[in-house]
Amino acid sequence: MAASPQPDAGLRVSLEVEIPSDVAYIERVVDLVRHSCSELSFNSHQLALNVPVALSEALSNAILRGNQEDPEKRVRVCAKVDARRLVLEIADEGVRFDIDANTRDATDPDNLEREDGRGLFLMRALMDQVERFDTGPGTTQGNVVRLTLTRA
Amino acid sequence: MSFSIKKEGEIVVVDVEGQLIVGNRQELKQKVLDELERGEKKFLIDFAQTGYIDSSGLGVLVSLSKKIREQGGELRLANLNDDLKTLFELTKLDTLFQISDTRDRALSSF
Repeated sequence: MAASPQPDAGLRVSLEVEIPSDVAYIERVVDLVRHSCSELSFNSHQLALNVPVALSEALSNAILRGNQEDPEKRVRVCAKVDARRLVLEIADEGVRFDIDANTRDATDPDNLEREDGRGLFLMRALMDQVERFDTGPGTTQGNVVRLTLTRA
Repeated sequence: MSFSIKKEGEIVVVDVEGQLIVGNRQELKQKVLDELERGEKKFLIDFAQTGYIDSSGLGVLVSLSKKIREQGGELRLANLNDDLKTLFELTKLDTLFQISDTRDRALSSF
């Protein structure tokens, strides 16, 4: 595989996007983030697989599970990309959850024919780090999922 | 993103154009189930023009595969690019589906 061209080490891209709790917006957010990563010369596999799939999963979770598709609730995405890595933060307004409680192995033979249960598994497989935080102080609800991917 | 369906002999061929994700997976599912209800048994989904697939898209493929098998039919896949192959390998779904490199090979494998 050809090495990715070296990006401008001084270049940093920050992106903030806010969307309604509607899965129809996922593809557009993915395209915006992917374009930023492309500018920073992330390799073709990261642009075609890691970034779009992991971000789609995080957005789906935020919209469907976090915000329960409530039209009054929003999902906020913050993307920071530089020559070393991509850091994505996806924030919902839903009930807090324990990301470490979900350890189901989607590749276990017992789970292979399940229709669901691959989202978090894929995020963990495709990103270098997956973390969850509470949203800022003064709130009792809301999750921030942070995905980190080192540029290859 | 869209899905087009056509018949090649007795095989129903579905082309997935664009992404197969949470926002459009039900459309694919319904189109295939409609064909299954009409009595079709052999299905090929061609990913030559597909971008990325998320876990919901994979889930729909698993679900359709089960429903088609229950009706005595078969679902096969073709034309996964390297990234889609990686996705199927990561999830071990490459062990669940019969996957061909080309549409012609898939069609002749039924």
